[in-house]
Amino acid sequence: MGLKQKLHTLKQKYKGTKMAPAFNALHTFLYLPNETTHSGAHVRAADDLKRTMNTVIMALIPCLIFGMFNAGYQANLQTDPEITKAMGFFSGEFWNWTNFVIGLWKVLPLVIVSYGVGLAVEFLFAVIKGHEVEEGYLVTGMLVPLIVPIDIPLWMLVVAVVFGVVIGKEVFGGTGMNILNPALTIRAFLFFAYPTWMSGDKVWVHGAVETAGQPDAISGETILGSLAQGHEISYSVMDMFLGFIPGSVGETSTLLILLGALFLIFTKIGSWRIMLSAVLGALAMGLLFNGVVSAGWIDSSSKFFGLMNTNFWHHLIIGGFAFGAVYMATDPVTASQTNRGKWIYGFLIGFISILIRVFNPAYPEGVMLAILLMNVFAPTIDHYVIQGNIKKRMKRLKVKTA
Amino acid sequence: MGLLSKKDSKLIMDPLADNNPITIQVLGICSALAITAQLKPSIVMAVSVLFVMGVGNVVISLMRNIIPSKIRIIVQLIVVATLVIIVDQVLKAFAYSLSKELSVFIGLIITNCIIMGRFEAFALGNGPWKSFLDGIGNAAGYGVILIIVGFFRELLGSGTLFGFPVLGNPVEKTGLYAIGYENNGFMVLPPMALIVVGIIIWVQRSKNKELIEEN
Repeated sequence: MGLKQKLHTLKQKYKGTKMAPAFNALHTFLYLPNETTHSGAHVRAADDLKRTMNTVIMALIPCLIFGMFNAGYQANLQTDPEITKAMGFFSGEFWNWTNFVIGLWKVLPLVIVSYGVGLAVEFLFAVIKGHEVEEGYLVTGMLVPLIVPIDIPLWMLVVAVVFGVVIGKEVFGGTGMNILNPALTIRAFLFFAYPTWMSGDKVWVHGAVETAGQPDAISGETILGSLAQGHEISYSVMDMFLGFIPGSVGETSTLLILLGALFLIFTKIGSWRIMLSAVLGALAMGLLFNGVVSAGWIDSSSKFFGLMNTNFWHHLIIGGFAFGAVYMATDPVTASQTNRGKWIYGFLIGFISILIRVFNPAYPEGVMLAILLMNVFAPTIDHYVIQGNIKKRMKRLKVKTA
Repeated sequence: MGLLSKKDSKLIMDPLADNNPITIQVLGICSALAITAQLKPSIVMAVSVLFVMGVGNVVISLMRNIIPSKIRIIVQLIVVATLVIIVDQVLKAFAYSLSKELSVFIGLIITNCIIMGRFEAFALGNGPWKSFLDGIGNAAGYGVILIIVGFFRELLGSGTLFGFPVLGNPVEKTGLYAIGYENNGFMVLPPMALIVVGIIIWVQRSKNKELIEEN
């Protein structure tokens, strides 16, 4: 009797007990359960919720690994004057053991805390409510460590994850019922609750907080932060695209996010409509601002000048825009469901992201707020798309019968 | 039964829990969100509403047979407004800094739907003693939620209670702050008050299943 059969027998034995959901969750995570559907013909496909979630996680793994190297690289680059800047994507200055050890040491706890706490809450709710454990946290748990600053205290992450999973998801009825993207709810909670750890020029590089104010202080400013302050930036476009820049753990490398996006589109998990329209929206807003600058409506003394003057397509590769558009906006639960709705939803996310980015110096990253805002509007967009379609078809019907 | 008959005590106890104006009827939310960032204004607000509702209900109840029903809303408004102005003036005279802190919200008691609601629903049809109890009960139900929310928001948001630092000093890093604890800035913002009220509603309904609506 193989392990699979043993687990199945155990499952039958403890059916109906309180801890059964917790056991089933582990069982189905490892193996396909023995049960088959009892009645009726159904869609025959292998992509159940677990496989969907795992596909997204696979798309996130490159970002995570890159994030580990980058965390170490950014810290070493600032503290050790002998380290030179990485040239090209495969440069040895970036992919080396010292960088990885620092990154692993800082990022792994974030992953463990995120998964540990989040799954504990999920299991707890499953046992209390007596339903099966839902898979919804698998992706959220991977997203969370990638979108927080490297030095965030772990207890804050614990508080935020509990808040995000309970208030963002469980109160609405669990996976598939949530209005807001749970990972972004967690980030938004951190952002408003502990702003000193989530924004500013200290938190984005490992070690910048401890050394603040000392002679050997290192800067932890992101590109967006510098631009919002009107400072010159010292990173090349290639650095920004490849991701050798400070920022939240996993969002810096636009190249890897692009690969992840292609993977998600190829496996038909992520919606290319949302991704594309978000990019179009961002470009439109960026062009609009560039136009304002070139028309001379604002001068360089304005506090918005730095970000408005940024080349419109640079907006796509700095900050968390690419990451948000690919991994967060496409969340099938909180996004619009209709195809036309997806175009509107995505476009507005891009549009509003850049708007918030430029005009709100307190929130230099707008994509989080833009996605949360559009999450709220997604059902409304769907409603009007469907109503519009009904009206159109009614008209057609009338023409035919008349 | 002593001072209160069973029916009378139900008038007071009901709004405290099973028919709470905030958590069940979802009235008076605006002020509950606005002034509960700290415990002291929450309590002052609770007491002010207690006064306005207790006295107002009695006044309306005494006049209930002579108020022409066509203009009853105006009469009710005048009664509330008079009482609110009394509260406002007293606060300005004796607790000026507090009245600054509460700013317009004392004045806005006039528009608190709980008060008008009780005038309409109860005081116009019942005697003064019952109306008084009903007013006190509803105001207490409102006040209890305010104080609970204010307690958590001040404790977690500012680390103080009534302005006293109970968790240590965040600047000198004493008490809890010495081990890395930090105040939760979200607690000070009004959205968090909505979430705290929501959590109270959640807890209350899971304790008493009868309160859960059909759909």
